[in-house]
Amino acid sequence: MRAQIAVYAVLAALALIAPFLGLYPVFLMKLLCFAIFACAFNLLLGFTKMLSFGHAAYFGGSAYITGWLVTAQGWGSIEAIIGGVLAAMLLGLVIGAIAVRRQGIYFAMITLALAQLVFFVCLQADFTGGENGLQGITRGSIFGWVGLGNDRTLYYFVLAVFVAVYALIRRIVNSPFGQVLKAIRANEPRCVSLGYKVDRYKLMAFVLSASLSGLAGSLKALVLGFATLSDVGQTNSGEVILMTLLGGSGTFLGPAIGAVVVVTLQEYLSEIVGAWVSVIIGAIFVVCVLIFRRGFVGEIHRRFAQRAA
Amino acid sequence: MTRNSTIVVLGALLGLYPASQARAAADQVVIGDIDDMSSVYADVIGQGGVEAINMAVGDFGGTVLGNKITVLSVDHQNKPDIGASKFREWADQNGLTAVLGGSNTGVSIAMSKVAAAKKVTFFAIGAGGASLTGADCTPYTIHYAYDTTALGNGTASAIIKQGGKTWFFVTADYAFGTQLQESATRVVLAGGGKVLGAVRAPLGTTDYSSFLLQAQASGAQVLGLANAGTDFSNSLKAANEFGITKTMQPAALLAFLTDIHALTLQTAQGLYLTTGWYWDLNDQTRAFAKRFYSKANRPPTMNQMAYYSATLQYLNAVKAVGTTDSDKVMAQLRKTRINDVFAKDGYIRADGLMVHTMYVMQVKSPKESKYPWDYYKVIKVMSGEEADGSQPDPTCPMIKK
Amino acid sequence: MTTLFGVPLPAILGQLMLGLVNGSFYALLSLGLAVIFGLLGVVNFAHGAFYMLGAFAAYIGLEFLGVNYWWALLLAPLSVGLLGIIIERLFLRQLYQVEPVYGLLLTFGIALIAEGVMRSLFGASGRSYPVPPLLQGGFNLGFMVLPIYRAWVILASVTVCCVTWFLIERTRLGSRLRAATENAKLVQAFGINVPLLVMCTYGAGVGLAALAGVLAAPVIQVSPLMGSSLVIVVFAVVVIGGMGSIVGAIAGGLVLGLVEGLTKVVYPEASNIVVFIIMAVVLIWRPAGLFGKEQ
Repeated sequence: MRAQIAVYAVLAALALIAPFLGLYPVFLMKLLCFAIFACAFNLLLGFTKMLSFGHAAYFGGSAYITGWLVTAQGWGSIEAIIGGVLAAMLLGLVIGAIAVRRQGIYFAMITLALAQLVFFVCLQADFTGGENGLQGITRGSIFGWVGLGNDRTLYYFVLAVFVAVYALIRRIVNSPFGQVLKAIRANEPRCVSLGYKVDRYKLMAFVLSASLSGLAGSLKALVLGFATLSDVGQTNSGEVILMTLLGGSGTFLGPAIGAVVVVTLQEYLSEIVGAWVSVIIGAIFVVCVLIFRRGFVGEIHRRFAQRAA
Repeated sequence: MTRNSTIVVLGALLGLYPASQARAAADQVVIGDIDDMSSVYADVIGQGGVEAINMAVGDFGGTVLGNKITVLSVDHQNKPDIGASKFREWADQNGLTAVLGGSNTGVSIAMSKVAAAKKVTFFAIGAGGASLTGADCTPYTIHYAYDTTALGNGTASAIIKQGGKTWFFVTADYAFGTQLQESATRVVLAGGGKVLGAVRAPLGTTDYSSFLLQAQASGAQVLGLANAGTDFSNSLKAANEFGITKTMQPAALLAFLTDIHALTLQTAQGLYLTTGWYWDLNDQTRAFAKRFYSKANRPPTMNQMAYYSATLQYLNAVKAVGTTDSDKVMAQLRKTRINDVFAKDGYIRADGLMVHTMYVMQVKSPKESKYPWDYYKVIKVMSGEEADGSQPDPTCPMIKK
Repeated sequence: MTTLFGVPLPAILGQLMLGLVNGSFYALLSLGLAVIFGLLGVVNFAHGAFYMLGAFAAYIGLEFLGVNYWWALLLAPLSVGLLGIIIERLFLRQLYQVEPVYGLLLTFGIALIAEGVMRSLFGASGRSYPVPPLLQGGFNLGFMVLPIYRAWVILASVTVCCVTWFLIERTRLGSRLRAATENAKLVQAFGINVPLLVMCTYGAGVGLAALAGVLAAPVIQVSPLMGSSLVIVVFAVVVIGGMGSIVGAIAGGLVLGLVEGLTKVVYPEASNIVVFIIMAVVLIWRPAGLFGKEQ
C-alpha cells in the first residue's frame, strides 16, 4: 500500500513538472490521450474479459464529432468534448447491443466488423472530409474562461482529465457494479444462475468503455487540431490492444504505461528504422501473447506477491 | 521493489529529454521535406526530391548567413495527421524555416494550415489542388509547380478541340481528384461539351473494373481520369484490359514521366497531358537532367525539378534579406522574377500561385521515340496567364476585393 | 435498352459478372478460414497476410527466379503453406490451452509482422504482375468485355472449392478431420496423430489463402496492404455463412460478391459496407449464421 502511494507520488510529481523539463508538450498530451484510451479499453478487456477489436470506432468517431462541432457548428471546446463523448456513448450502445449477444471470438469479430462499418461511413461522409480528414480544429477555451491555445495550459487540462478518468475507473472497478463484472469474468454461467442480468452488465461496461474512449478521442482532436481516418482505423484498434496487453491488462496503471511505451516507440523508432516499426510492434505483440501475457505491471505485481508470500 | 520501479519510470521519462533538444540556432536555415516516400506518389518525387534538395543546397554552397543548411525529411505516407504533426513538431522543436513537399493535396492543405500558424514558408510542390491558392490559401504558402486549373485548361481544352465533347470522370476520392474534376468540367462546359457522369474511387484503389464499367455504360466519348500516380496507371491498364479504350478516349488529366515509363509507350501513346517542365525541352534542362540521372538513374520529373528550383529561390531570398524570418522572405520571393532551369518568366501571384509557362504534350508512339525517356512531343506552349488566368483566385481570403 | 431498378441491364449484368469474380476470391478465402476455424478453433487473423504472401511469392518468383505463373500456382501455396505449418508448430500450438482470444491476438501479431516486413522491403505501392500470355485477351459478352483471365479465376476458384468440399465431406481423411473437430481426444485414442492433422490442416488453409493470392496477383496490384482490408470482409462472410461451415463459407462468399456487384449499380456508396450490414442482420436474426450449428 505504501509502495503504491510512493509510486503514484513520484509519477504525479514528474507529470506536473514535465513541460518544464523541456519535453515537447504536444507529444506529452498525445501520450496522455492514448493513456486514457488504453485505460478505458482495459475496463472491458482486463476487468470484464471482453476483447473488443474495434475500439478505434469510439475514439475516432468522437474525435470527428468534436471536431465537427467546433469547426462547423462553432461550439465551445468543453461543449464539443461532451458532444463527442455522447456520440461515442450512443455508438457504443448500438454496437454493444449487437455484439454482447455473443462471446469470446465471435464478440471480437463482430466488434471488428462493425468498427469497419464505422470506418467506411467516416470515409464517405461529407463532414469528416474523407481522406483529407477534419482539419483546423481550434482549441478554444474552458467556457470562455481559460484559453487553451497555449501548449502548457492545455497540457495541465489534459493531465487533469487523465487523473479524473483514472480515479473514475478505479472507483467503477471497486464498486458493487465492478464486483459483478469481476464475478462475470470469473464464471459467467454461475452469475446467470444467480439471477444477474449478465448481458445488461456487459453492455453497461461496454458503453462506459466506449464513452471514455470517446473522451480520449475528443481530447486528441483538440490537442492535435485534426481528426483523420487513422483514428477510426483498424491499426488504431490493434494498437490499443497492444498497449493494454503490454502494460498489463487487469491492472490500473498498466495500460497507461503500455500507452506511453507504444506511442514513444512509434514516434522515435520511425525516425530511425522507418517502416520496420510495424514489424517491431508486431513482434512485441507476438512475444506478449506468447510469454508476457501479464504485461509489465502485471509481472511487477506478481513479483511483489511472491515476495510477500 | 518500489524504488526499482520508480527508477525505471524516471529513467524512461528522462530518456525522452535528449531526444527533444534539437533546437536550431537563430538565422539557421532548416529545410524540411515532408512527402510521400513509399506509396502512391513515391516515384513522382519521393527520394528523388531529397536528392534534388541536396543538389540545390550543394550548388548554393552549403551555408547561408554564416550557418550550415540543415535538411530534414520524413515520409508522410499520404496521411494528413503525420504530415501536419511532423511539420508542427519540427517548427516547435527544430527551428524549421521552410518546408517543401506535400504531393497529396489533402495532406498539403493540412500542412498549409500549420505553416500559417507557425509562420513557416511552405512550398507546396506535387499537390495539384487549386484550393491551395483558393479557399485554403495562406500568406506562407507558395503553390509552386502546377495546379489543377492549369491541367484542366491544358489537357481538357486540347481534347475538346479534337472533338471529345461528352465526358465521364473516374475521380480519386479526395481533395485533389475532386478539384481536378471541377477544373476539367469547367473547361468542358465552356467548350460546349457535357459531363455525363462521374464516379469516385478511393485513393489507392487497385481494381478499377467496376468503376470503368460504369464509365462505359454512360456512353461518353471521353474517359476523364481525374487521378494520378499509380491510381492513374492502374485505371488506364484496366481500361485497356476491358476493351474500354476502344470505345472511349482516355484523358490523362495528370500524368508524370514516371507514370508513362511504368505504362510503357505501347499503352500510353497518344495521351495528352499538361506539364510545367520536361527534361528534354532545351540544353539547360538536358544538362540538369544528366546530373540528376547520374544520381537517380532516371531523369527528373517536373516536381523533382521544382524541388531544386524552389530550394535555390528560397536560399537566394534568405541571403537577400539577411534573415530567416518568413514574413521578410515571403515578401522578397513575391518580388522576384523566377527565371531558372525550371521556370521561364515565373512570378508568385498574390494568392500564392507561382505562375509560369506550361506545356501541353502528347505521348509519342514507340516508333517516334528515338532514345530512352524520349516520351513527349510539345503540342502547345501556354503562357502562365493562359494556363492559370492573370487574376488571383477570388475565393482566396487574402485577396481584398 | 431494358432497365431494372432504373439502371440499364447491360450495366447490371456487367457488375454482376465482376461481382462473381470477386465472390470467387471471397469464397476461396472464406473456405480456408472456415477450415482452420473448424478444426483448430483459431480465428486466423493472418489469413489476409498469407493471401498477400502468396501473391508476393508469385511476384518474386517471376521477377527474380524466373518462375512463371503456372508453376507459381503450385509453388506459392506450397511454400506459404510450409510457412504456416512452421508458425503453427512453433507458436500457435502453445496457445491451445489458453483462451481462444490469444490465438486471435497471436495471428494478429503475425499479420502485422508479415505486412511490416513486406512493406519495408517493397514499399507500400503495388507492383504489377502481368497476366500470363495464355490467358490474355477477352470474351466479348455483348454487355461487356470479360477478360479471359477473370473467367479463369472464377473457374479455378469454384473448382478448388468443390474439390476441397469433396475432400472434407466425402473422403476418409475428411471424416477423420471432422471427427477430430468434435472430439480430439477420442480420435487420438484411436491412434490417429491429431497434432499432425492439425498442423497440416493449418498449412492447407493457409495454402488456400496463398492460392487466392496468386490468382489475385494479375488482377489487383501486388501490395503489402492487399490483405488487411480484405480479411475483415472475409471474417464477416464466415460469420454470415456460419463459423466452421464449409458450404456456408463458399456459398456466402459467392453470394456476397454478387450482392456487392448489385449494390455498386444501385447504391455505390454502400458497396463497402453492405457485407457488414448483412452480417449485423444475420447475427440478430440467426446468431449461428446461415449454415452454422448452434454451439
